[in-house]
Amino acid sequence: MKPTPRPGDAVVSAIIKICGYSSILFVGLILFFLLREGLPALWTVDLKSLTQPRWYPIEGYFGLLPLILGTLLVTITATLIALPFGLGTAIFLSEVAPNWIKMILKPIIEILAGIPSVVLGFIGILVMVPFLRKFMDLPTGLTAFTGAILLGLISIPTIVAVAEEALNTVPAGYRQAGLALGATRWQTIWGITVPAAKTGILTAVMLGIGRSLGETMAVMMVTGNAAVLPVHLDSLFRPVRTMTATIASEMGEVATGSPHYEVLFLIGIILFLLSLVINIVASYFSTKTRKRTERILS
Amino acid sequence: MRRIWLSLLVCFLVLQGCTSGQNTSSNTSTSPSLYIENKGSDTIVNLALAWAEAYQKIHPEVRISVSGGGSGTGLTALINGSIPLANASRQIKPEEIDAAKANGLDPQEFIIARDAIAVIVNPENPVNQLTLDQLSAIYRGEINNWNEVGGEDRPIVRLSRETNSGTHVFFLEQVIRKGDKNDKTIFTADTLLLPSSEGIISEVRDNPNAIGYDGLGYVTPEVKMVALSSLKAPDVFVRPSVKTVSDGTYSISRNLFMYTQNLPKGELKIYLEWIMTAEAQKIVTNLGFVPIISSETP
Repeated sequence: MKPTPRPGDAVVSAIIKICGYSSILFVGLILFFLLREGLPALWTVDLKSLTQPRWYPIEGYFGLLPLILGTLLVTITATLIALPFGLGTAIFLSEVAPNWIKMILKPIIEILAGIPSVVLGFIGILVMVPFLRKFMDLPTGLTAFTGAILLGLISIPTIVAVAEEALNTVPAGYRQAGLALGATRWQTIWGITVPAAKTGILTAVMLGIGRSLGETMAVMMVTGNAAVLPVHLDSLFRPVRTMTATIASEMGEVATGSPHYEVLFLIGIILFLLSLVINIVASYFSTKTRKRTERILS
Repeated sequence: MRRIWLSLLVCFLVLQGCTSGQNTSSNTSTSPSLYIENKGSDTIVNLALAWAEAYQKIHPEVRISVSGGGSGTGLTALINGSIPLANASRQIKPEEIDAAKANGLDPQEFIIARDAIAVIVNPENPVNQLTLDQLSAIYRGEINNWNEVGGEDRPIVRLSRETNSGTHVFFLEQVIRKGDKNDKTIFTADTLLLPSSEGIISEVRDNPNAIGYDGLGYVTPEVKMVALSSLKAPDVFVRPSVKTVSDGTYSISRNLFMYTQNLPKGELKIYLEWIMTAEAQKIVTNLGFVPIISSETP
């Protein structure tokens, strides 16, 4: 029997459709705005100025290299810190932990996700900065490493949530088959469950990277914001300046349409492109692995 | 039913408007008929708040909202026409006057108080005095260890406010370049740019390697002020205080300004005239700044 069409249905489906398409519209508008405001920087400030090693915009030094490398250094280190912790927690929650521990641990991780980054930054300044300076005997505790630890903390809940979801969707039959073949629990987890959930885990990592790439406040508070080229061996334990912190602390002062203003938007474009690349990589991996699992299953 | 929801929504929005208004200003109970928005220098923000509160007690019909953000931020807002009164710890730049003229404005300058820039170090640091040349060399990156200026063998960690701060620009011009207009030297790249005065104070308090600078009114007893000598008398070291600033013996002091869009009229004019009175200038002294009246009519 065909259900009689109701007028409410059409309205709701139209609203949902608009919601769905609006995100495309928003991304498009943001990209358009970024390009309109930022691209002129490429000819008002010449390329030579943009590739020099100094960033001091109030005197016309627009070298982007220290900022880009600063962001990469902090983000990559944060990911290296967050990855083992996040993945381990997800495996523990999904595969090892008894139910009652899960009931306690999951809300706690969700609370960690809910702590505003300013608060984490504040704790970072008061606790981590003095501790790291004394413990590692650094000139100052305001370093890229301090920022990376905080960013790791911020991105762990994202990684845990998505990776655990991915592990949970692995059919119970996979694990049972592994155990039935005589594999130990660890062998089953490492050899079967985790590879089967690879797509979701990669997505989790990519989301975690995206989270730390875009984080601003906590990083601005603890990395010292010195626009130095991080090319020394110990650069990780020295102050750096990230792109997000630069935009946040300088956007308020610039005159609209000035070269400085355009360069700040150019930094916005670079951030946009970086997160685009991360997303493309993530979706490339996820489609590639899906095809293989489909092949195995068929 | 729908009407109830609508009125609830309106109530909510109104309430929210009230709370966000209270964040930046002290609300008076009588309905204020006049509203002055005052924004800019973080150095002046406490002073401007104290003035606004005192003035609203005498004139409950006026509401003054005060916020910080940096001199550049305030002047940009003034030029864009979004606020009538900007605070600045530096003089307006020629290009800012041009931008204002392009918007049909004629910015007026008022000197409202004087401030000294105190150079601060950790109390554990044995260095008590620096010549202006030494201070300049430290921030140029030519002196990198405290033992070169009579201290312990420790690396120097240089702290500064962000580039949107009037204090930053003043320090660059008067200390690093020693007032020489043709000198194009800038801060060494590894200078840490911290987003707030509090950030500088807290790092100097914790870190014996650090050197920083801040407005005299912001220096807390937990950090040590360094005595400085001027270029004219390199052997006479003077510690900053209200007295040494008013008699001109302390070398790095400056005027603090308020700017209006045009010649002030009405309530704004009365407010600015009140700021020049002895009563308002007494607040200046209480907050650790230097009043303008006592230097002119002792």
